[in-house]
Amino acid sequence: MSRYHGNVEAVRKLVRETEVHRDVYIDEEVFRLEMEHLFANTWVYVGHDSQVPNVGDYFGTTVGTQPVLMVRHSDNTVKVLHNRCPHKGTRITTESCGNAGKFFRCPYHAWTFRTDGSLLAIPLRKGYENTGLEQSHAGKGMSAVRHARNYRGFVFAKLNDGGPDFEMFFGASLSSLDNMVDRSPMGKLEVAGGVLRYMHNCNWKMLVENQTDTCHPMVAHESSAGTAIEVWKNAPAGAKKPMAVEIYAPFMAPYEFFENMGIRVWPNGHGHTGVHHSIHSDYSAVPGYFEKMVSAYGEARAKAILDENRHNTIYFPNLMVKGPIQLIRVFKPIAANKTLVESWTFRLVDAPDMLLERTLVYNRLINAPTSVVGHDDVEMYERAQEGLHVDANQWVNVQRLYDPVEQADVTAETNGTTEWQMRNQFRAWSKFMTLSM
Amino acid sequence: MTVQGPVEQVPTDRELIDFVVGEARLIDQQRFEEWLDLFTDDGRYWMPLEWGQTDPRLTASLMYEDKLLLKIRVERLKGNRTFSQKPKSRCHHVLQTPQVDSRDEAANEYVTWTPMHYVETRLEEQTLYAAWATHTLTVNDGKLRIKLKRVDIVNCDAAFGNIQLFM
Repeated sequence: MSRYHGNVEAVRKLVRETEVHRDVYIDEEVFRLEMEHLFANTWVYVGHDSQVPNVGDYFGTTVGTQPVLMVRHSDNTVKVLHNRCPHKGTRITTESCGNAGKFFRCPYHAWTFRTDGSLLAIPLRKGYENTGLEQSHAGKGMSAVRHARNYRGFVFAKLNDGGPDFEMFFGASLSSLDNMVDRSPMGKLEVAGGVLRYMHNCNWKMLVENQTDTCHPMVAHESSAGTAIEVWKNAPAGAKKPMAVEIYAPFMAPYEFFENMGIRVWPNGHGHTGVHHSIHSDYSAVPGYFEKMVSAYGEARAKAILDENRHNTIYFPNLMVKGPIQLIRVFKPIAANKTLVESWTFRLVDAPDMLLERTLVYNRLINAPTSVVGHDDVEMYERAQEGLHVDANQWVNVQRLYDPVEQADVTAETNGTTEWQMRNQFRAWSKFMTLSM
Repeated sequence: MTVQGPVEQVPTDRELIDFVVGEARLIDQQRFEEWLDLFTDDGRYWMPLEWGQTDPRLTASLMYEDKLLLKIRVERLKGNRTFSQKPKSRCHHVLQTPQVDSRDEAANEYVTWTPMHYVETRLEEQTLYAAWATHTLTVNDGKLRIKLKRVDIVNCDAAFGNIQLFM
């Protein structure tokens, strides 16, 4: 039974001012519509250009559930291609990343394609003479995603022609990516350390909402961060606080800390926690780093860059960026009740290794399938995925600090425990879901 | 059953093998405090993310934990508000006979290699992992102790769900 397909009104009714219907999390039809509309009308993160440094380098990933390839073309730009042979549909690449050389070659019938996707050669080509191949889908080669954009190394793609252009879509939210890049004395990032991949039996949006949910850390993570603090109390007097304890402890900060950190919302569903400070503000200084920043930028600018301590920035729909520790998380939708979380880390080019080391400690302690903080969160997501099947109440509440005069698509700074950013995401969800219906 | 009988300053292969087998038993029986005591003060538990990984510092790992972090895990497993352990996970090791790969008596360091299957279960879910455990052991005050336990999962780079106990 199709309840939502082709029914704009039914989709709009899923999102109210202060609550959303459970079907946005548990209904497979809504999920398919998200893949068809939401993930096609928005600019979705594909990868970082440091993953494809040389001509012919490629990286395979997905936009929504669509397989794509990010590839360094011979003109040194980065292209995003749909990852199928135009002939029979075979996935072109064998490994998730590698180098194609001068062209891609399909392993099935040896059709070859330039690194911009255009058809290069077909064996026994004369068999296609006078067949009109040029006019067919196959004759056009591997199709490129028309709307791809490399912003300071971060590559995004929009599958549909409709929807806002890149600048309009992201607007001032790009400042969080800027800050992460600026933290390198050379203004350059490189993907480094390896990616942690963690499978969750819940809807992808639960993870996105959790990123700006500042009322859960001291509750859900009492078991992990709270225990870390308790265990550390038994350390000998004067012992140097290890990186791990510095990372765990702020999760137990009181409500006041999170209220005062502030939340900023931007149009189109983007927003961030940590306007004034964050859980990353009080890490120990890394020797030699500030000096490098000062010689690159001058003292005032270096201070301004490092004083920005944004906590989690959501790039709607499914990317989270932690500028101060050079870490991003991609929430990859697989099914209504299944999400793959990829946590990627970056090296600040020309900065001390200890920064990457700390980023990797953070990633391991917080984002790995073996992470106790991760276990705390997954338990809550999976309980929600189950609990939402209760028919007696079919709504999820996002009302905290709601003001009836609150507008959609504005820039605003507000209390750090508001659920405005969650409402912001759902307003954007409704807009981009129905844009092409 | 005790894992930790006293050993001579130079342990026999048999003692090394019995130690590794007994260590897995302590985990399966959830005797985590006793298990923690098997590590030297500067001991580490390492679960690499990459196939053949050599660097635990600038390459990501699933776990690279000193005794403090292991202690946090063990304490957490008992916590009243550890909701991901309500109900608790259980686990089960099947070990191949450990092989003694090297014996450096002068350095007081012995390395064993143990292929194993590990099952972790909670509620309706049961997950099987295949791995190799490499133990770097030493004799401390007449007892064998773990300097490093390295666990290489055969599909280390796959996307996993929760792994809550110890392989």
